[in-house]
Amino acid sequence: MEALWLSFRLAACVAAILLVIGMPVAYWLAYSKWRGKFLLESVVALPLVLPPTVLGFYALVALGPRGPLGKLWFALFGHGLAFTFGGLIIASVLYSFPFAVQPLISSFEAVDRKLLEASAVLGAGGLRTFRRVILPLSLPGVITAVVLTFAHTIGEFGVVLMVGGNLAGVTRTVSIEIYDHVQSLEYAEANRMALVLLAISFGVLAVVYAVNRRVWTPWAAK
Amino acid sequence: MKFAMTGMAAEFEKQTGTSVLVTYGSSGNFFSQIQNGAPFDLFFSADIDYPRKLEAGGLAEPGTLYEYATGRLVIWTPVHSKLDVARLGWQVLLDASVQKISIANPNHAPYGRAAVAALEKAGVYESVKAKLVFGENISQAAQFVQSGNAQAGIIALSLAVSPAMKDGKQWEIPADMHPAIVQGAMVLKNAKDKEAARAFLNYVKSEKGRATMARYGFGFSKGKQEQEKR
Repeated sequence: MEALWLSFRLAACVAAILLVIGMPVAYWLAYSKWRGKFLLESVVALPLVLPPTVLGFYALVALGPRGPLGKLWFALFGHGLAFTFGGLIIASVLYSFPFAVQPLISSFEAVDRKLLEASAVLGAGGLRTFRRVILPLSLPGVITAVVLTFAHTIGEFGVVLMVGGNLAGVTRTVSIEIYDHVQSLEYAEANRMALVLLAISFGVLAVVYAVNRRVWTPWAAK
Repeated sequence: MKFAMTGMAAEFEKQTGTSVLVTYGSSGNFFSQIQNGAPFDLFFSADIDYPRKLEAGGLAEPGTLYEYATGRLVIWTPVHSKLDVARLGWQVLLDASVQKISIANPNHAPYGRAAVAALEKAGVYESVKAKLVFGENISQAAQFVQSGNAQAGIIALSLAVSPAMKDGKQWEIPADMHPAIVQGAMVLKNAKDKEAARAFLNYVKSEKGRATMARYGFGFSKGKQEQEKR
């Protein structure tokens, strides 16, 4: 089940990366009072409404030899970024960005301001307050972010199709393999893989939600 | 097929006043959709197997299955490539600067299967196997190389002569290096206007239709005459 393992590896990498880069972005969006904040919020939410083919198309151009990222990568490593696992990670990070950031924003915003003020009054700086007050209280949001990002990346198809090149063990994720089977009229294989994926995905989500019963509405209405 | 089909549809409309609506996509997708009742009148496939399967499944209008063209393969490189593929032919694929070679997925795309067969016949398949990347269909394979992500590709001649790609460098792979890419068309049993559908298919078979197909990079097998008599 090479494709399944590849999908899980991709999802795990993307979830980890988005947790690291999503936190500062979410923190800024949650607590900033900048009047232009709505612009950044729109950019962050863009992958939610963009068809994956649009994202995939731009990713292919950006990763290609004429794109800024592609040129840089080629200069550094001597080979292209498209058709590689690294290329998939970059495209997936962009695609799942709002799925990580928005739950984090909601959780950060939900933290009682009085606690933040108390922390400041007691002499804790921004980072300490974040570590000791905001983060522990935002754990449901963090878990939601990780779970959603993971699940979203597992199910990713359009973007991977556009930039992957369908290389076994490298970019042939399980969603691509299922599609391949259908295209080759191998419906039995397609069905088998789809059911396995469905069962595993459901299992993972059920465990996480069972363990963390307070988790839901990733983006609360304001 | 897109450019050839657009040309023929326009000509046919001018000639007969009947409008032709064309939907483009991969043969495999349409095969599945037609099996599930998709409302098409005609089906032009990139291979002959899908139409044959539809005919065997009773979804074709009897006697309309027709081999409308054979596909041709070329090795294509972007215009700025330092390699002269017209002169070097297969050697281009072995060059160190060519890190990725795009072809259509041989598992379900007829042009991909033919590309692999030609690579094997030329004796270079083992050497280039690791460089291959697979497009979902021949169009995506072309897009991979046209965008520069692959440095060379084995694509359909009909795509190589299209406006987006005709400035590139190409070398036509001899037809005897791969099994013929026979492309079949048919009127579907589900067709709403069977007479008009037959009329369009007849147009495609006609001298004018074949001239348009040839102009856009398609060939014809010698077995054509037999088909027309049926």
